[in-house]
Parts: sequence; C-alpha cells; structure tokens
Amino acid sequence: MIGALLVQLAQMALVLLAAPLLTGWVRRVKARLQRRRGPPLLQPYRELYRLIGKEAVIAENASWLFRTAPYLIFALTWVGASLVPTFATGLLFSWTGDLIAIIALLGAARFLLALAGMDIGTSFGGIGASREVMIASFAEPAMLMIVLTLALVAGSTQLSTIAEFMLASASLRVSLALALVAFLIVAIAENGRIPVDNPATHLELTMVHEAMVLEYSGRHLAMIELAASLKLVLSLSAIACIFVPIGLLRGSDGSGGYAIGLAAYAAKLAVAGALLGTFELAIAKMRVFRVPSLLGGALMLGLLATLLLYVARGM
Amino acid sequence: MTSWDDAVARLVDGSATLLSLWGEREAVHLALLHEGEVVHLGFACRDGRYPSLGREHPPAIRLERAARDLYGLDPVGLPDSRPWLDHGPEPTAYPFLPVEGEHLHQIPVGPVHAGIIEPGHFRFTCDGETVVRLEERLGYVHRGVEALMQGAALEKAARLAGRINGDSTVAYALAFARAVEQATATVPPPRAVWLRAVMAEIERIANHLGDVGAICNDAAFSLMQAHCAILRERVLRAAATCFRHRLMMDAIVPGGVARDLAPDGAETLRALLHEVRTRFPPLVNLYDATASLQDRTVGTGVLRTELARRFGAGGFVGRASGRDFDARRTPGYAPYDMLTFDVPVLSEGDVNARVWVRIKEITQSVNLIGQMLDRMPDGELRVAVGAQPGEGLALVEGFRGDVLVWLRLAEGRVQHCHARDPSWFQWPLLEAAIEGNIVADFPLCNKSFNCSYAGHDL
Repeated sequence: MIGALLVQLAQMALVLLAAPLLTGWVRRVKARLQRRRGPPLLQPYRELYRLIGKEAVIAENASWLFRTAPYLIFALTWVGASLVPTFATGLLFSWTGDLIAIIALLGAARFLLALAGMDIGTSFGGIGASREVMIASFAEPAMLMIVLTLALVAGSTQLSTIAEFMLASASLRVSLALALVAFLIVAIAENGRIPVDNPATHLELTMVHEAMVLEYSGRHLAMIELAASLKLVLSLSAIACIFVPIGLLRGSDGSGGYAIGLAAYAAKLAVAGALLGTFELAIAKMRVFRVPSLLGGALMLGLLATLLLYVARGM
Repeated sequence: MTSWDDAVARLVDGSATLLSLWGEREAVHLALLHEGEVVHLGFACRDGRYPSLGREHPPAIRLERAARDLYGLDPVGLPDSRPWLDHGPEPTAYPFLPVEGEHLHQIPVGPVHAGIIEPGHFRFTCDGETVVRLEERLGYVHRGVEALMQGAALEKAARLAGRINGDSTVAYALAFARAVEQATATVPPPRAVWLRAVMAEIERIANHLGDVGAICNDAAFSLMQAHCAILRERVLRAAATCFRHRLMMDAIVPGGVARDLAPDGAETLRALLHEVRTRFPPLVNLYDATASLQDRTVGTGVLRTELARRFGAGGFVGRASGRDFDARRTPGYAPYDMLTFDVPVLSEGDVNARVWVRIKEITQSVNLIGQMLDRMPDGELRVAVGAQPGEGLALVEGFRGDVLVWLRLAEGRVQHCHARDPSWFQWPLLEAAIEGNIVADFPLCNKSFNCSYAGHDL
C-alpha cells in the first residue's frame, strides 16, 4: 500500500518536473531548425524561479478571482496530468483516471482562465477569452467523439484500462488511426500551438492564450506558465499511452520494469516534442476563423471512427 | 502652374500628385509631381493663414495638421482641428473620431507594444473580430528634427538627416546631399554618384530581406524569418566591409561620399551578390509553396489602386496596388539613367503582392549592383560644396518609397529643411486597407506596409 502510494507520488512529481523540460526541449528543437543555438534546456526552470521571486503586479480593479485563478488552474492541470499513465498503468489513483474526468478538469481550468482574462476588463483579455472559448467549443465535442471511439474499442473510458487493452491487442484498426489524427488536432488546439495559436508571439492582436494572461506577472504568471507546460505533458502523455503504449509497465507486472517504463516514457516525450517542434516550423498560423473548420475536421474524423466501428461489427 | 488654386485644382482632378506640403514661419510650401516633373511652389502667408488643401484633397490633411503644430500656420477650412504631431500638455485627451453602430467595441493598442517596436497608437473599432474602422495616432517619436536643422552647419545637418530614419539612413543622406548640391550648384564627382547608388541598393536589399522574413514571421512562419535574417546579416556585414558601417551611416555627404569602397569591397560585393542569387530563390520557392502561408497573405489587406494613386503612395505599397512610380526613373537621377532595371508593378494590392514587389525588387537591386560594379568610374570622391545661398529639392527612392528633402541654405548653414518620409502617404492607406479584415490580420497588414514612425514623426 505504501509502495503504491509512493509510485503514485513519483508519477505526480515526474509530470511536474518533466513539464518545463519538455517546453525547453520543444523550444530547443525549433531553435535548432531555425539555425539558432537556442536557450539552454533548463531555461524554463530558471524562468519559473525568476518569476516566483518577482513581485506580482496586480491591476487595481482585479477581483479575488484574478488572484486565485492561477493556483486553481495549476492545481486542476496538475491533477489531470497525474492521472494519465506515463510509465505504468494501474497506479493507486488510476481508477480515477477517466478520460472524461480529465477533459472536465482541463475544461474547468480553461473556464477559470477565461474568467480571469476578462476580470480586469482590458480589451486583450476579452479578445483572448472569446477566442479561447470559441476554440474550446469546437475542440470539446471533437474530444468527446474521440473518447467515444476509444471507449467502444477498449470497453472503458479509463485511461489505464484503455492502455492495457492497447498493449494486449496489437491489431491495427482504421478507427484508431482516425481517432489518432483527431486527437492530434485537438491536442494542438488545446495547447495553443501553431497553427491555432502561437506561444512565442509578441503581437497582442493575434494572441489567444497569451492575451488572456497578458496582465499576469510574478508568481501568478509562474503558475500559469507551469500549468501550460503541464498541459502539454498531459496531452503528449495521453497520446503516447493510448496509441503507443510500448514499454508501459502494467499494474500486474510487479516493480521490476520501472526503469524500462521510465526510459520508454522519456523517449516518447522526446520524440513527440521533436515532432511537434518540426511541425510548428513547417506551417504558418491560421486565420482565427479557419480554426473551427480544422476542429470540425477533427470532429468528423471522430464521428467517422465511431461509425466505422459499428460498420465493422455489423459485418 | 504657379497659383495655389491652379495647383489645388490639378491635385483634385488627379493630373498632379502631392509630394509634400510643409510650413515655415511665414510661408507654406507645396511640392507636386506633374507630368514627370517635380514642381515646388512657395506661398507667403504673413497672417499665418492659407486656404486648406486638405479640405479638397485628403492626402494633405495630416501634413497641414503637422504644419499647424510646428509653425502655427492655420489651414483655413480644414475640417479637422485636432493637433497631429503635437501631443500638448494633456496627451491622453485626444478626441478620436466617433464611430457609431450596434455591437461595436473599441480596442486601443499601443503606443507601448508587447514587442520591441516603435511607438504608435492604433484605435480599432470592431464588430466581433471584424475591423470596422482603424484610426492611427502618431507623433510619439517627435524629436524636433526641423528645428534642430535650422541654423545647423552643413556637416551637422547632414549627420542629422542620416538619423531621421535609421533604416533609410542612406536614402535620407542621399536626398539631403542632392538637395544641398542643387542649392549650391555643386556637381558631385562621378565615382561618388555611383558609390551612392551602390549603397542605396544595398540598403534596399537589406531592408527588403528583413521585411520578407518579418512578414512571414507575423504569420508565425518563423522559418522564413530565420533564413532571411541570416541573408540580411550577410548583406550588412558586406556593407560594413565595404563602407565601414553596417547601415552605411554618414557615408554620403554633400559634395560626394565620405569614404571610398574598401580595397576588397568589389570582391566582397560580388561574393555577396552570388550568395543572394543562389540562396534567395529557394526561399522564394518556400514562400510560394507553403499553402498555409499563402492562405494568410493572399487577399489580405487589399489596397485599391485608385486610393494608392490618389495618395501618391510610394514604394512597394503603391507598386503592389498598380501605381507605376519609381523616383529612380521619374523624375530620375544619376546614375540610374545609365543603368537598366525594371520597376515591378502588381495590381492585386494585397499582402502577397507587397511581398512579391519586394522579392522582385531584391532581384533588380542585385542586378543593379552587378552593373555598377562592372562600370564603376574612377576618380575623385568629394568636391567642396559652394557657399552661395539657395534652395534645393531632391526626390530619392528609398526602400519604402520616395524620400523628399527640401532645404534653403544661407551663409553656409541650413536655414530651413523639410524631409518628407514616404510613410506620410502610406499610413493613411493602412487605415483603408485594414477595413473589413479581422483584427488578428492587422499585424500582417501592418508589417507588409512597414511604415516608418520616426520618419513620419520627425
């Protein structure tokens, strides 16, 4: 029991510690592809340390919501990220690791962020919040279609169970390929990556996520930045555990395979980060009003995946 | 064409293009382009009043407002009574034009921006994401250049002219030098004239390369920015090798050039031309073949041809909207009359067209430098400037468009000097081009115009 608790705590610490590193890694890959040297991998940790030590400047008309939202957003995202099987399934809290619950956690975090963005009443916060909510209203149905497909395939919405099912059945399915593409699109939109949003932009008028957090500083900004990094870890981990569960330690395997599980997880994150960086460089950002058609595509793919499952079963 | 009314009539009917309007303590000046000739008209207005041109010809409105701020000249009949460059004791009390309608909301942007760029305020009125109206407010980098020029010795004034607008320092220094030479009837030696043109073309290539990359970067396509920045850096380093300054500041002086091409300069430049010729076309292909990027630039921020003509928009802004004008050709100046080059003109008027005009101009400038290196004359670099008083006016094609400098000299000093940046006629057009586009496309449109703040605010 205590051992299981320790493993679960290790998982929580792992996602928290790995998050800034992954952000740094993606930045590094992008810099290298642009023939720049790029910041050191540990730069995001230093930035967080610096932000935490700085004074938090708060607008005069900010309400309690503005001050508490960063901590809640961070907590919700961290819990969500801890529930995704990273190196092992069947952890102590895995029974709560339901995909729908994770989507709800992220949705709650986004709700708070959008509210905080509007709280001060600057125009950019409002623009960012309205764009974020528009994107989310298309991303969430698409995500639910994907969950439905996975649930139909694996017989559960619990990530641990899905992962174990995927490990056991090595067969390729068209539905899963469609769901993967849809999942990738949703993950890009959720994390505000190019072509939906540009995390590195300095142009106020084009921002989505950055516009909402424009007024944040100091420790509040640190919490939000860390939450954004955690969300990226969460998305990549979820994709890895569902679609590439290789090396994942099953709950029944005992404790011998932790090293393999961790190494496989690290390798998966590194590859996913490199792919993300490469993809982001090869494409320009979309017009804001094109995003719904992109996410509509994800929704259709999810729908098609579900339909195909029924067709296959009917035959 | 000698009378004010005649000039106004010709501007209004479109047979002449406004080049500038500026003031002095008791006079107002007008420069126009009429049948390929630059016409300069000065009118005394001892009571500080003159009939407004802006009332009938909108491109003059901001110039008249600026002349009122700087010299107290009152344009009688100008409907816009607000100051322009002068922000006064209460800078925040500026009344923006009212916009009325349902569901409209305002977005104030700047003057301090999230990136390290020049200051300017943009007031958007939007319906959702769609821009209904944009109003600019400029003047934040007003340094009093015209006042500093008054009474300055020629050497100091030439340095000042080269610092009005850092990215066009060669164009400004050249325009100032040519205006001084015209005023004093000085003929610069041939080698100096050719070296000046080499510098002007290097400046054009460097800025266009930077712009192409920056426009793509504003659509979050940073790969193009990275490659263009490397190429631009090569150009600047070659400039540093050839003329001992990356931006070639203070290399052009009245009467000639301050320094010769470095001994290995021609060789360096030829190597540079080769590099641009081999490395730039793949980047153009990348731009053209990236569908996601084309999706952003094609059809965005369209500037109509008639507006570009009416405002006399210079440079890539005008040429991308079908206004076939280049000061190197009309009215033209040495040594371009001895060289062959094309002036690319497109008619679409969107961001893509403005990128393409730049791309084509880079190719033309590379060819021009090649031609000049082949035929570079030998000889003196600089002659002494005459001391007689007089007036001079020069129009020079900078990378943004035509830079105009007018000055009056007396006793070897500048009595009055007016420098008009091409941005004066491009800024108002940006307001027109963004209408009906979405807010998030503004940075892209703005970068494709790349108007100058410093050159405009003086």
